[in-house]
Amino acid sequence: MLLILCPYCGPRAEIEFRCGGESHIERPGPYSEVDDGAWADYLFTRKNPKGEHRERWLHAAGCRQWFNVARDTVSHTILAVYPMGKTRPPTEAGT
Amino acid sequence: MSDVAASKGAEAARRGPFAGLNLDTRASGVTLADAGPCARFLLRGGGAAALAVGMALHLDMPREAYGCATDDAGRAMLWLGPDEWMLVAPEDDAAALTQKLDAALNDLAHALTDISHRNAGLIVRGPQVADAINAGCPLDLDIKAFPVGACTRTLLAKAEIVLWRIEADAFRIETTRSFAPYVVALLQQAARDQD
Repeated sequence: MLLILCPYCGPRAEIEFRCGGESHIERPGPYSEVDDGAWADYLFTRKNPKGEHRERWLHAAGCRQWFNVARDTVSHTILAVYPMGKTRPPTEAGT
Repeated sequence: MSDVAASKGAEAARRGPFAGLNLDTRASGVTLADAGPCARFLLRGGGAAALAVGMALHLDMPREAYGCATDDAGRAMLWLGPDEWMLVAPEDDAAALTQKLDAALNDLAHALTDISHRNAGLIVRGPQVADAINAGCPLDLDIKAFPVGACTRTLLAKAEIVLWRIEADAFRIETTRSFAPYVVALLQQAARDQD
């Protein structure tokens, strides 16, 4: 069980949240100039790193807000929590 | 709960969400009681909408997590999210409240939903109440971490609830009506486990 620091509610149990997968994925465009490879990358290719991973989480059974989490996929340590729409703050892992 | 017969001898009758359920926990440390019918509204909107509602109802809108504002008229404004509030009020206040809120929110972006009949309110009380709720809820319910007046949306096992501490050893649980039998059964079992 992870204890996730919701930016609005403070530390809450993982079961109240939903994970929305990798964050900071930019839609390529304009559409007419995007080839199939780039579009497939956008839709399907994800990082799946061993180490720090940037993810979107939703506090579904709480304040119903989305936010970003930097999580270490090896130790499950949460390195940073920051609101949607913000740029990636550096963490100790440095990515 | 009293049945309210329709005016011209029709068969329509009102059944509360706990009608037909036995609320007796058969435990010494926790009791359950129906909070009874009341008016409930869910408000979603930005700061301007919150400000307008606060001024219209003379309530200091809670702006932070776990916040709750109450007044002498028995109204309570519960913070559920940075853009979401639940208003609980006496049932006969509903029509007046609708009118007031509609007027206040007239040209502001917002969503105001009457959920009076969607929700079921349960009062859980007793010296073992926090332990019983913790059987299905991951929150820290110590009086220091979750003081009187604190409220939040959370989970009770598989049911989504709004948990509101109304006294040191009493909570109000608001859940959707269809979850009422589940929540009651879970709390009864949890209450008996404390004995």
